[in-house]
Amino acid sequence: MSINVLFFARYAEATGFDSLEMEGEFASVDAVRLALAGDPAFAVLNESSLMCARNEELCGLDEPVQAGDNVAFFPPVTGG
Amino acid sequence: MAIRVQAQAFDPGFEVNAMHAANVGVGAVVSFVGYVRDFNDGRDVSGMFLEHYPGMTEKALAKIAVEAEQRWPLLKLQVLHRIGALEPGEPIVFVAAASAHRQAAFDACAFVMDYLKTRAPFWKKENTPEGPRWVEGRGSDHAAAERWKSG
Repeated sequence: MSINVLFFARYAEATGFDSLEMEGEFASVDAVRLALAGDPAFAVLNESSLMCARNEELCGLDEPVQAGDNVAFFPPVTGG
Repeated sequence: MAIRVQAQAFDPGFEVNAMHAANVGVGAVVSFVGYVRDFNDGRDVSGMFLEHYPGMTEKALAKIAVEAEQRWPLLKLQVLHRIGALEPGEPIVFVAAASAHRQAAFDACAFVMDYLKTRAPFWKKENTPEGPRWVEGRGSDHAAAERWKSG
């Protein structure tokens, strides 16, 4: 299946990507993360403070994913 | 409930007045305005850029506002957040809650700000003499949001 992966703020700068498309079988948001995090260019995805969203809603790493989902990774939010 | 995410500046005084202008049943308006400071974490700040997650930002703010409306008897709730380039002294965020009596408005306003700080996808990048730097999240913001869970 195909998943659209998005990165924001410091994570977009660190990885060099605003978004990318991943092909493969992913059971969860964490599976998507792990498929990337082994590559040194995506090392920020190993940060314990990482936040994630599936289809524009905050979620946990154990959130299931489906083909066509938008999965976003970003550092802790700092609005307000 | 009104949610606005915009690059344009706004006038907090005008926004507060608009909270009760059309409803004489409003007995209390509590508002919060957050401003860009010229100093943070030991560095001068000459301005900042607010990045966000288009598509998620409005959804996240609406979810927080809906939860506030379910918890307190509000007559009006407004959340306004700037994006893009901002200068010191400019308002970044405006939250206002209107209700018949003060306590609901006080609590709802604090709740929305505490949740916005930890759940709305905004990121601040400050301009400092040493160059731009991303603002780090604060543990105290999470503690502030946690207090609403027991209540």
